[in-house]
Amino acid sequence: MKQFLSFLRKEFHHVFRDRKTLLLLFGMPIIQIVLFGFALTNEIKNSKIVVCDYSKDDITQRITEKIAASKNFEIKQSVLGHKEIEQAFKSGDIKLAVIFPSAFQTDLEAGRRVQVQIIADASDPNTATTLTSYATNILRDFQQDMQPLQHAPMNISTTARMIYNPDLKGATNFVPGVMALVLMLICVLMTSASIVREKENGTMEVLLVSPMNPLLVIISKAIPYLLLSLVNLIIILLLSVYLLGLPVKGNVFLLFGESTLLIITALSLGLLISNSTSSQQTAMMISIMGLLLPTVMFTGFMFPLENMPKPLQIISNLVPSKWYYTIVKNIMIKGLGFSHVWKETLILAGMTVFLLLVSLQKFKIRLS
Amino acid sequence: MPAVEISQLVKTYPVGKNKLTALDKISFDVNEGEIFGLIGPDGAGKTSLFRILTTLLIPDSGSAQVLGLDVVRDFREIRKKVGYMPGKFSLYQDLTVEENLNFFATVFGTTIKENKYLIEEIYVQIEPFKDRRAGKLSGGMKQKLALCCALIHKPSILFLDEPTTGVDTVSRKEFWEMLGRLKKQGITIMVSTPYMDEATLCERIALIQDAKIMSVDTPAQIIQQFPDPLFAIRGDQMGKLLKQLRQNPEVETCNAFGDYHHITLKDNSAGTQTRLIGQLEKENLHIKELKAITPTIEDCFIRLMPHNNQIQRS
Repeated sequence: MKQFLSFLRKEFHHVFRDRKTLLLLFGMPIIQIVLFGFALTNEIKNSKIVVCDYSKDDITQRITEKIAASKNFEIKQSVLGHKEIEQAFKSGDIKLAVIFPSAFQTDLEAGRRVQVQIIADASDPNTATTLTSYATNILRDFQQDMQPLQHAPMNISTTARMIYNPDLKGATNFVPGVMALVLMLICVLMTSASIVREKENGTMEVLLVSPMNPLLVIISKAIPYLLLSLVNLIIILLLSVYLLGLPVKGNVFLLFGESTLLIITALSLGLLISNSTSSQQTAMMISIMGLLLPTVMFTGFMFPLENMPKPLQIISNLVPSKWYYTIVKNIMIKGLGFSHVWKETLILAGMTVFLLLVSLQKFKIRLS
Repeated sequence: MPAVEISQLVKTYPVGKNKLTALDKISFDVNEGEIFGLIGPDGAGKTSLFRILTTLLIPDSGSAQVLGLDVVRDFREIRKKVGYMPGKFSLYQDLTVEENLNFFATVFGTTIKENKYLIEEIYVQIEPFKDRRAGKLSGGMKQKLALCCALIHKPSILFLDEPTTGVDTVSRKEFWEMLGRLKKQGITIMVSTPYMDEATLCERIALIQDAKIMSVDTPAQIIQQFPDPLFAIRGDQMGKLLKQLRQNPEVETCNAFGDYHHITLKDNSAGTQTRLIGQLEKENLHIKELKAITPTIEDCFIRLMPHNNQIQRS
């Protein structure tokens, strides 16, 4: 026990005396959250649009105001006719045009079917689709607002309801993704580097010629990073609640429990890497190439897994963060309990046990 | 029972498709309580032997026992009982002197207090820097700290792999004095060095070259076994002198040794020296000094080197 504490103290000294790395460890999640939360969001904000109003009545006025009030749109100008619309598109930065036909209010009040034409610049199809749906949503909202006041029969053709994320906030996807990414990276990178460092500096040589227990060395290496990762997790959650306005709907303790599981998975993966390399640089390279890419690609928060070819979907099952991502989404955003994530938890636990066993098996009790 | 018994030990490393032989069937014993020196140039196989003896490497064939324990089978037991100081400084650079010492004491299940008497003399020298990080110490200090860490658990045998490489002359001298005192505590010490002058500080030495042991004996015996009278010669143009000596039919071997060239003669009868000087003076070489000397370990080493003999024969 005394030996273990001594090892542990040493590891904490290593971690806290390496200020640059420490800064990086805590800086990374903050930067990622801010980046993903604000800069790299797939929400489209402040798209420049034009409005062409042939009717110029009370209702079109109110709809236009509503569009202008939306943070997605910024009305660049009001134009008079279709010709000018085409010119506006050609001149560049206009993404969408909204056209009200003449006698809009009259027709509406008479109970006739009215149509608002939306023209989108589909040279970027994703943006066009998204913007069209934003605009459609605004119109539908407006119709609903009108309904209790006016008893005119409404011609509503579609009903779509966005559940769990009614505002279509990009952050709900990114926060669990960033959590998975940060935890995987820190734990794998740091443990593998820290064990390989002992090999590189020759201290492993001295440690091996001692009665120390390899298991002790490994556990004492993992614990500081486990704690650091948990602190990081708290930072990420605080940022997501207070900065991105994304509450944790489910049980926070369950979330931490599942995260600890992923951290242990990552630590054992880091251990495995460190066993098969002898320089810190190689360990870092393997961690980054073999981990950062699959995590980003196969976790599902950047590229939807459903759209991938079948072989890639199968490969994605091997990425631990994929399962963690599902778990976190279920707990954090949907507010589900353990009964809904036990399958993923079991898979993750199985991976952990497997990795831990293999890496302990491969731990070298001699040089080379 | 010898402290170390080595028999027919072979170690090779794969280098691409070929094998590099680091130890080629070497055998010798180290007696209990002695300071045993492994003397040889870089790449001779010293570190490989140390790593096998400290259970860090497995030999290809042959056997080795340390304190009566087999280095492969009983590695756990050996690891508890030996002290090892690798050639490269291998302590935690980001821990302080005291933290390093404390850590290694705890790893071996002991405390600094318990065995302080062993390291007392060395430790007083580094104690003023005990709060300094090990990475910021000078070379000599690092080496003293490493020795303290290797000694803190009172090992029965100490393996020191090139402890004086890269250390200044004064510190080297101090270090060897410390080893002498540790020997008095009953600790067997096996030390390797590329410095021939340190050989005489050991009780017995093994000369190792190209993975082979050339000789194992006391330094005095090895010197005594030097077959021919040895002379030191000094002139005003040492470079030209060396060239001439090597061409001279009277000269058997000739090697540059600092201010002198050491030579042995084919014919050791009285007139040879005068004849040699005469021949050299004819080549416009002024000889300042020619004297008979006692060989050093280095002379013996060069004499024993197989490739050196080949040069002489051809």
